[in-house]
Amino acid sequence: MSVNTLKIDGQDIAVEEGATILQAAREAKIPIPTLCYLEGVSPAAACRMCLVEVKGSPKLLPACHTAALEGMEVSTNTPKLQSFRRMNMELLFAEGNHVCAVCVANGNCELQDLAIRVGMDHSRFAYRFPDRKVDMSHPQFGIDHNRCILCTRCVRVCDEIEGAHVWDVAQRGEHCFIVSGMNQPWGKVDACTSCGKCVDACPTGAIFRKGSTIGEKERDREKLSFLVTAREKQQWTR
Amino acid sequence: MDISELYRLAERGRSRRKPFRIRCCMAAGCQSSGAIAVKQVLADALSAAGLNDKVELCSVGCLRFCGHGPMIATDPDEALYERVTPENACSILGALNGESSMAPRCDGNQPFFADQLPIVLENSGQIDPSRIEDYIAVGGYESLYQVLYDLTPAETVAAITQSGLRGRGGGGYPTGLKWSTVAKMSGDQKYVICNADEGDPGAFMDRSVLESDPHRVLEGMAISGYAIGASHGFIYVRAEYPLAIQRLQKAIQQAKRYGLLGSQIFDAGFDFKIDIRIGAGAFVCGEETALIHSIEGRRGNPRPRPPYPAESGLWGCPTLINNVETFANITPIIRNGPDWFRNIGTAGSAGTKVFALTGKVQNTGLIEVPMGTTLRRIVEAMGGGVTEGRVKAVQTGGPSGGCIPAQFFDTPVDYESLQKLGTIMGSGGMIVMDDNTSMVEIAQFYMEFCREESCGKCVPCRAGTVQLHELLSKIVNHQATVVDLEHLEALCQMVQEMSLCGLGQSAPNPVLSTLRYFRDEYLARLKPSMLEEVGHHVR
Repeated sequence: MSVNTLKIDGQDIAVEEGATILQAAREAKIPIPTLCYLEGVSPAAACRMCLVEVKGSPKLLPACHTAALEGMEVSTNTPKLQSFRRMNMELLFAEGNHVCAVCVANGNCELQDLAIRVGMDHSRFAYRFPDRKVDMSHPQFGIDHNRCILCTRCVRVCDEIEGAHVWDVAQRGEHCFIVSGMNQPWGKVDACTSCGKCVDACPTGAIFRKGSTIGEKERDREKLSFLVTAREKQQWTR
Repeated sequence: MDISELYRLAERGRSRRKPFRIRCCMAAGCQSSGAIAVKQVLADALSAAGLNDKVELCSVGCLRFCGHGPMIATDPDEALYERVTPENACSILGALNGESSMAPRCDGNQPFFADQLPIVLENSGQIDPSRIEDYIAVGGYESLYQVLYDLTPAETVAAITQSGLRGRGGGGYPTGLKWSTVAKMSGDQKYVICNADEGDPGAFMDRSVLESDPHRVLEGMAISGYAIGASHGFIYVRAEYPLAIQRLQKAIQQAKRYGLLGSQIFDAGFDFKIDIRIGAGAFVCGEETALIHSIEGRRGNPRPRPPYPAESGLWGCPTLINNVETFANITPIIRNGPDWFRNIGTAGSAGTKVFALTGKVQNTGLIEVPMGTTLRRIVEAMGGGVTEGRVKAVQTGGPSGGCIPAQFFDTPVDYESLQKLGTIMGSGGMIVMDDNTSMVEIAQFYMEFCREESCGKCVPCRAGTVQLHELLSKIVNHQATVVDLEHLEALCQMVQEMSLCGLGQSAPNPVLSTLRYFRDEYLARLKPSMLEEVGHHVR
């Protein structure tokens, strides 16, 4: 196995061949914000929060999807990136109906945490107040599309780890939504095994367990990495 | 099929020609203005007059002057008729004998025609696209034979590299370099894809090529297949082009029947088959990774590159994707040699470019000009200027491009010059605007298009185009403040740099380009109470 050395924010880092910039940065405890990235499932590179500058590349590159190469010089937190990330968060908040005060994930929400982290205190862009649905047809879980940011973690986790492929994305552009089964109510989808991995994967309060109220959402995120490790490396870590 | 058989077919096609020929344009443009009825009238009249052994009535592809259809051309006098109706069509028969015709004559020597240099369109309007024999009669499939027997795959790639051909889909990536990258990839299975998902508003170049000369594209694809080591090609064509699809299907069938596609082509140990895949109405599927997903039967979402399709494309195999016009250039390059091609056009941009000239221009239609032709020549001489008022600007590159104001009309059209002006060559849509056109509204129109066509995968494009469109609408409605304009510019930059694929990355271009040249129009549209603040005097 070969090793690549690169510089991230001025810090020399050695990583295994094949590692991404994000993995390299996390190993070195350099924080790069992510939203759609979820360890154990394939990267989507869709939220664009983890974009970094790489010397010699005219374009910003997604850290979750770009291999860490020998001699790379990466900057993860330039003023430009900070301003872009903040604007990206504003777009997300303006796009959906995110009301923290009444959300099950309040205080335990990656979207909320990230907004605070990038210093987003208000949105410069007009709130869209879209008319979105809530589906409570499943006996154990619910999905509130108002809080969905279309990160597709649920889609990937259900397809790649559970193998059920209950979720997918329907429509396009601003009309996109996470669709269950053949556009049926979630409770009617035979493929759903009620495993709850989508609840654990969801970064916001969009997918939740029934019976939990404001600020009560908990996730067992470790379960996902446990399953992937068990499956791929035959190691039972808990 | 061997070469003597091909020559025999070509000879037979040529010797069958009758003394007189009436060519009726049967491309989508003329069909929609009534060409089918006109042709029927002519056919009936010919039978009634018993002239069928002297006069050949044939359906051909685009005769270029699309705005004046239905178009008809006659041989050997090479007369051109425009706006032919079923009522005046029969008089064209009389004109073959020197009588005067009731159908309006079209001057074939005007700059619109005289300044064209047909390479891609050389057979367009000359041959019947639904007859492979017509294509063979003008030397079709001889280049494929030449490549298979006289050149190695590496030499074929070298010829394309040497010709200086660049991708006609818009980006202008050197075609030879792309071919050689795919050729050098290891792996038994490789694919060729022809991108015929032409979606820019106002663009119809690729449609015309497919409708007028489908075999040229098939031959170009087969040659590329031999060069890169692929035995399977796909044409991804949008469902909105039913006539192009129909002619392609027929062309593939005919080529297979003659053994010019399929197994053991020309007994040279080379197999190549072509399948058609039809799009389902998404503009983003013109983006190569989205297009590949769509062919694979998945949702047409783009994915980050690298890896580029040349390395990992269709079903993970090395894949060559070129545009229709790029493939249409291959056969003439092989036939006439790369140096011939290189000497046409400019040093950096060899060859010709087909443009769909539309908008407020006198002569709407299809033109093919050498690279380096000035915009003035295209718009004023060939296009005949605007219908009323003065020319204000030209829009190229569709929703990914920008506007070029009239003061830059002496710029030669090539990839680099257009880029310097803040727009792109694009696939070839060229929309002329007069001084009644509001540039803010143009920007708003294109942003609405991008908003509708965003796939929704990445945040900056999905949510950003919505906000950009809303801000532009606010400006159009005189509701915006100076701060809104600042937000517009900041968001443009962010969407450009953060979006996942070309659609989002280029969506702000029409706004940025109109802001660059027509900022005054934006300022004039701000909230009335704001005008003083920006020092703008209301006229």
